[in-house]
Amino acid sequence: MSFDIPHLTEVTLDDLEALGIGAGILGTGGGGNPRLGRLRLQTLLEDDAYPDSVELVDPRDLPADATVASVGGMGAPTISVEKFAGGDEEVQSLRAIEDLSGETVDALIPGEIGGANSMAPLCVAAMTDLPVVDADGMGRAFPELQMDTFFIYGTPVNYAATTDERGNQVVYRDIDSAKRLEDLARAITVQMGGRSGYAFPLMTGEFVSEYAVPHTVSLATELGRAVERARDAGTDPVDAGRELLGGEELFAGKIVDVHRRNRDGFALGSVTLTGLDEDATLEIEFQNEFLVARDDDGDLLTTVPDLICLVDTDTGAPVMTDALRYGQRVRVLGVPAPELLTTPEALDVIGPEAFGYDVPYDPLPRDETGW
Amino acid sequence: MTDYRIGIDVGGTNTDAVVMDGDDNLLAKTKTPTTEDITSGILSALDVVLDDSGVSEDELDYVMLGTTHATNAITERRGLNEVGVIRIGAPATQSIRPLLEWPDDLAEAIGNNVAILDGGHEFDGRLLNDLNEEQVRAQIREFADVDAFAVTSVFSPVRDDHETRVAELIREEVGDDVPISVSNEIGSVGLLERENATALNAALTSVASEAANAFVEAMDERGIDANLYFGQNDGTLMSVDYAIRYPIFTVASGPSNSVRGAAYLSAVENGIIVDVGGTTTDVGAVTEGFPRESSVAVEIGEVKTNFRMPDIIAIGIGGGSIVSTDDGVTVGPQSVGYKLTEEARCFGGETLTATDLEVAAGTIDIGSETPDVDAEIVEAAREYVRERVEREVDRMKTSAEPVPVVIVGGGSILVPDDIAGASEVHKPDHYEVANAVGVAIAQVSGEVDRIYSLDEMDREEAIQHAKDEATDNALAAGADADSVDIVDVEEVPLSYLPGNAVRIKVKAAGALDH
Repeated sequence: MSFDIPHLTEVTLDDLEALGIGAGILGTGGGGNPRLGRLRLQTLLEDDAYPDSVELVDPRDLPADATVASVGGMGAPTISVEKFAGGDEEVQSLRAIEDLSGETVDALIPGEIGGANSMAPLCVAAMTDLPVVDADGMGRAFPELQMDTFFIYGTPVNYAATTDERGNQVVYRDIDSAKRLEDLARAITVQMGGRSGYAFPLMTGEFVSEYAVPHTVSLATELGRAVERARDAGTDPVDAGRELLGGEELFAGKIVDVHRRNRDGFALGSVTLTGLDEDATLEIEFQNEFLVARDDDGDLLTTVPDLICLVDTDTGAPVMTDALRYGQRVRVLGVPAPELLTTPEALDVIGPEAFGYDVPYDPLPRDETGW
Repeated sequence: MTDYRIGIDVGGTNTDAVVMDGDDNLLAKTKTPTTEDITSGILSALDVVLDDSGVSEDELDYVMLGTTHATNAITERRGLNEVGVIRIGAPATQSIRPLLEWPDDLAEAIGNNVAILDGGHEFDGRLLNDLNEEQVRAQIREFADVDAFAVTSVFSPVRDDHETRVAELIREEVGDDVPISVSNEIGSVGLLERENATALNAALTSVASEAANAFVEAMDERGIDANLYFGQNDGTLMSVDYAIRYPIFTVASGPSNSVRGAAYLSAVENGIIVDVGGTTTDVGAVTEGFPRESSVAVEIGEVKTNFRMPDIIAIGIGGGSIVSTDDGVTVGPQSVGYKLTEEARCFGGETLTATDLEVAAGTIDIGSETPDVDAEIVEAAREYVRERVEREVDRMKTSAEPVPVVIVGGGSILVPDDIAGASEVHKPDHYEVANAVGVAIAQVSGEVDRIYSLDEMDREEAIQHAKDEATDNALAAGADADSVDIVDVEEVPLSYLPGNAVRIKVKAAGALDH
């Protein structure tokens, strides 16, 4: 199985708008807004001191002994909109784990393609002349880093670093689990003023070829392009996106109710939609990202790890959980999860039960187009 | 003693004026075409209503003006100041330069002078970095030729010390005359949007002072010795001095005045307002008599901003909208605009407009001719307008409950009286000049929008602090101390943030001090 899309060999200024739209849709309501990352990358690519494009490398073409690192930004989106990156936080973290491990990093990879961190590795790549692997650790967005395929499939948490804009750096060695690293790094990030740039973990090319979700930078960009092309041609951008993703339209309607609460730093809640021409309703629950969708009878239609993407009815633009509001016209796409997210060891971490739902994962039907 | 007031609202098509007495009775009203220079159109409207009402110049106490000078200057890139845009926040925020998202010609029009300097604070008020005064002074000297400064410091809505200090340094380096806009007085959290709004404000101060001076002079010539106020985006008034310092707060005063006027004329304090103009229909919401504010970034001249703006959806339907029968019957968004009296069929022109349909149906009687239009087309067009308006009314609601809907504006006839989702539909008297009424009855207000850390004070103290500051701001804006009320308190706990950070927004408003 594979998506019917071209595999990009580089990312240029012309791709950024499309990548932002696609990363937003794959963010399944969370992952942070890609906008600031896009502006940061635009600043770099327009600067004569940096290259005009970032090289992408196909995960299948990575040498088995290549060293690959994931980099990105950590913190609260409510802070990043005010205090965004100084610029070299992630680069400094990258250098720190190179020093710690004695390895030289050959390529970078996004931890999650959904949302803001789709862009950060591309920014670091522009500053370091490294290529970015056309793949990521989620194929979507999830609230915590242990939900990355890198950790699900056994990458040890040997070396990690977080750096703030002043150059204050905290490094982590031999942490006993990815969840522990998540908790430690988040606490440190708060002390750093709510935003840091991280680098972790280090992986081999062989591991990345096998366990990273492949071709997702290309997928996000092509998804955004499909939406843009349909807008320009006056055809249906939502359907263009759905078709490219091999998903199904679960519902079309308007938002009639939104419930929110904050717990342990997560934005939890639910949103209720009613159909425009009928009495049907759909309820979607979220924890940063959309987790499960229920029909009128309370039956679960779709659950994690399958993707639940809300998009604007007319423009196909992604709708984030923090922007849900009564009266919005939205359509709901259900997209089968990448197979790497549907194995027993993955479902232990990102299946419905891992999020507190006492139901088994009942996958959406798949066809030949897909991950 | 009866005091008289004139309210004037400048729209894209018409300039409307009303005269009201001290008990808010409407004595005279007029609609005159908006002129290219704006000011001459305002003065002819003023002359008409003074004549009609029989109120003499020396009986006028107040003149309230809602104007589009600032909006037009941005759209046309005309008369804008060259601005020194200073961001305080390094080493953070250097990854995205100021003005990056601006259209190139607009950034050029304000000179593209940008700098990111050391300083700023964290979300909880801790120091992000020390302000480097020598670095700031050197930068100010480098920007020696600019007409105005815009200063934005990271997390200044939490702590404004660095912005205040940079403003002092600018005064020391280049004197007291140069206009300085500081971001904590303009917008809220969201650095790029607040910086954009602050830079736009700094760019507009010359346009604003020229417009205000021209108007003050014209009033002097007519022997009018009244207090002059400008309408602002939140539907309240500001003094001339304030309008010159904060011209960005006038850019959405038109729709806000309509909302306030519609609420007053219909006595609906909470509901949806539909203002049908010549080219567009604005749908907004009124909450406790004031326009509801937008919670998302609002674009002005293609620049994202985040200061207080009314939550308005504009639809391309108005009295001058062109009716097409090519692909079903559609109305707008193309419009004959201010050329209605030349191009519409009811005035002998060639173009079928929304107004022609109503003339043909006999619901209004304007123009020189009665166009012959198939009744089916009239019905289909009315259905089209109804569906578009109903959809936007529904989008403006905050719950599924039916709410009152008030329809105002010169094109009100286009919207039917039975709108889905409405508990009742009002078309009040004087609906066609609701915007001018809105500015004439406006109060003066003060606002506070700050993040408080509840580790340092308890919740009640924080809210009281915000209320006191909002009240002080309203008094400073010219409110009568006895009439100031707190009209809105909004408390937003900030997710993801430790330390019990809470954002508190308070607005106080009161009648003009007599």
